[in-house]
Amino acid sequence: MFAEYSASELTAIFAMQGFAGLILFSVLVLMALGLAIIFGQMGVINMAHGEFMILGAYITYLTSNVFAEYLPSLFVGYFFVAMILAFGVTFLLGMAVEWGLIRFLYKRPLDTLLATWGLSLILQQLYRTIFGAREVGVSLPDWMMGSYALTDIIEVPINGIFVMILTLVIALGVYWLMYKSGWGRQVRAVVQNRPMASAVGINTEKVDRVTFGLGCGIAGIAGSAFTMIGSTGPTSGQLYIVDTFLVVVFGGAQSLLGTIASAFSISQAQSTMEFFLSGSMAKVLTLLFVVGILMLRPQGLFAMKIRH
Amino acid sequence: MKIRSGIKTKVTGLLKKLALPLAISLAANPLAQADEVNSTGLAVTEDTVKVGILHSVTGTMAISETGSVQAEKLAIEQINAMGGVLGRKIEYVQEDGASDWPTFAEKSKKLLVNDKVAAVFGCWTSASRKAVLPVFEQYNGMLYYPTFYEGLEQSPNVIYTGQEATQQILAGIDWVVKNKGAKKFFLLGSDYIWPRTSNKIARKHIQKLGLKVVGEEYYPLGHTQFNSVINKIKLKKPDVIYAIVVGGSNVAFYKQLKAAGIDMTKEKPLVLTISVTEDEILGIGGENIEGAYAAMKYFQSIENQNNESFVSAFKKRWGDDIVIGDVTQAAYLGPWLWKAAVEKAGSFDIDKVRAASPGIELTTAPEGYVRIHENHHLWSKTRIGHAQADGQYDIVYETKELMEPNPFPKGYQ
Repeated sequence: MFAEYSASELTAIFAMQGFAGLILFSVLVLMALGLAIIFGQMGVINMAHGEFMILGAYITYLTSNVFAEYLPSLFVGYFFVAMILAFGVTFLLGMAVEWGLIRFLYKRPLDTLLATWGLSLILQQLYRTIFGAREVGVSLPDWMMGSYALTDIIEVPINGIFVMILTLVIALGVYWLMYKSGWGRQVRAVVQNRPMASAVGINTEKVDRVTFGLGCGIAGIAGSAFTMIGSTGPTSGQLYIVDTFLVVVFGGAQSLLGTIASAFSISQAQSTMEFFLSGSMAKVLTLLFVVGILMLRPQGLFAMKIRH
Repeated sequence: MKIRSGIKTKVTGLLKKLALPLAISLAANPLAQADEVNSTGLAVTEDTVKVGILHSVTGTMAISETGSVQAEKLAIEQINAMGGVLGRKIEYVQEDGASDWPTFAEKSKKLLVNDKVAAVFGCWTSASRKAVLPVFEQYNGMLYYPTFYEGLEQSPNVIYTGQEATQQILAGIDWVVKNKGAKKFFLLGSDYIWPRTSNKIARKHIQKLGLKVVGEEYYPLGHTQFNSVINKIKLKKPDVIYAIVVGGSNVAFYKQLKAAGIDMTKEKPLVLTISVTEDEILGIGGENIEGAYAAMKYFQSIENQNNESFVSAFKKRWGDDIVIGDVTQAAYLGPWLWKAAVEKAGSFDIDKVRAASPGIELTTAPEGYVRIHENHHLWSKTRIGHAQADGQYDIVYETKELMEPNPFPKGYQ
């Protein structure tokens, strides 16, 4: 199938494909990190994850409008402000949801599925009422659209690089928080043994609330970043939810490293197959591959050993 | 014996008591008097007639169907302001299909059986139309369906006010071949019946012209990562990307196309779509699709008297920043076509309206002029629009003649 192309074209295409795979990898990690914290560390099945992402996207939309209206000279940099705002708002909403809804359901993990699904429907309708049923267009500063030409054929999308850097920063941040900070130690202690953690004086309720808020906040940043590559509408969050759960479950729910490994293998498999096969077929094969591995290893790629 | 006769008198007395109010109610029933314009018991009174509006106002499809609801309500209000249909004001019953096909079927049954509406304006996706079709055929209702769609259907109970696939596709491809010298096409679509059927027609037509299809790809609905296919497009170097991507995927596709360095204004390759109306551009962002071409029958920027008054009335009713896409205009035609057919038939009876429909013409249509074909689709012109950064299309071409609707195109299946 390659006979009709020259060697330089082929190299270029493989380079670009590799890059496409890396972008997809970053996107999946960014989507899944928030959920991995909430589902992996707290055991809460958060079906409203996509809606938290879209909240971040809507906040980006509002910020861009405010900047375009009142601070047009600073528009080039509005995106950073928008991401911080997106994090703040979704973090606070996440904590409120934990306080009002989730904390009553820790002993009934399956019920969190229903409760958060209900929450996702409520949020969708709320977005529809506030922002209208139609998708909104988020305008981006010019420097973020377009591509950087490495050679004549190889062109690297700038928003792809942006997503990659952002993912790296956030993944490192989460790593530091969970494994290097005192707060992370508390979270891990609560995950491993709640009564014991409580006995040594950890305020487990507060840890839960902040953990849930953090997961939602990261979803908000992800949503904000995805305005560069996807749509912003009341139900757009639904586009991400399946892939997100796929990555987290495949990686092994309790392992952040697993999430990253899983995102990497899924993205590489998918983007390679998309290139050689058609899009729908690639998706089918990816899902088959994941299902097959999960049948052999139900605990996912990486499982944490904990005593029950 | 005495007791028995006593009972008998009581029973007859009771019957008489019952019969009298019954007779009065029969005489007073306006349905009975409206016989000549309504012999089948539709919800028609001396001065009102009920119709149904059936679209999704919640769920995923609400994004697309909102415009149709607005257009249909506007048309009904305008008709009422002109004195209604056969002297009767139109009252509408609105039901929500909730983006769920079984719900569409259930609600359409409710509209036809309980509300006894004289016509229904509704549905958007083909899936919802297919779901309500058996209901409309069983209870003999009339559906005015606004969306451009894949064809391969012709029901006596549906008037299709949007274009079927060949009307949209053939003119568009002929135009790029003739005016842009296109020779190689890359077909791309979301993975369901409409894009697949449309691309099949496109492929046949491209091959008939002796030109080449260098790729054909489908992605699941809601897919958000198009980098791989964009690489493939770069490798195949087509002259035209023929895109029938829908919904949220649309936004992702055009944003990523632009980010990958494909500048649509340079037309290398050129993008031709049949799935992006002004409504979709709102979500995509005008700057991300500037330079693409779209082939459909209506653009908000059409310059004629009808369209000017339609656009200003629409904005006055629903707000200044609203945009009007192809389907919205087609939805607006529904109530007007129904009114014309009812008036020609002199009756609200479904069978008479159906018999009167072919040949009905509308000279006041925003798109210009339309006429109902024997096959229940509309004769209409196809236009090519050139997407601008402000989210509107510049019309660069329109067919000289009306395109004949041909839902079962020979040689294209």
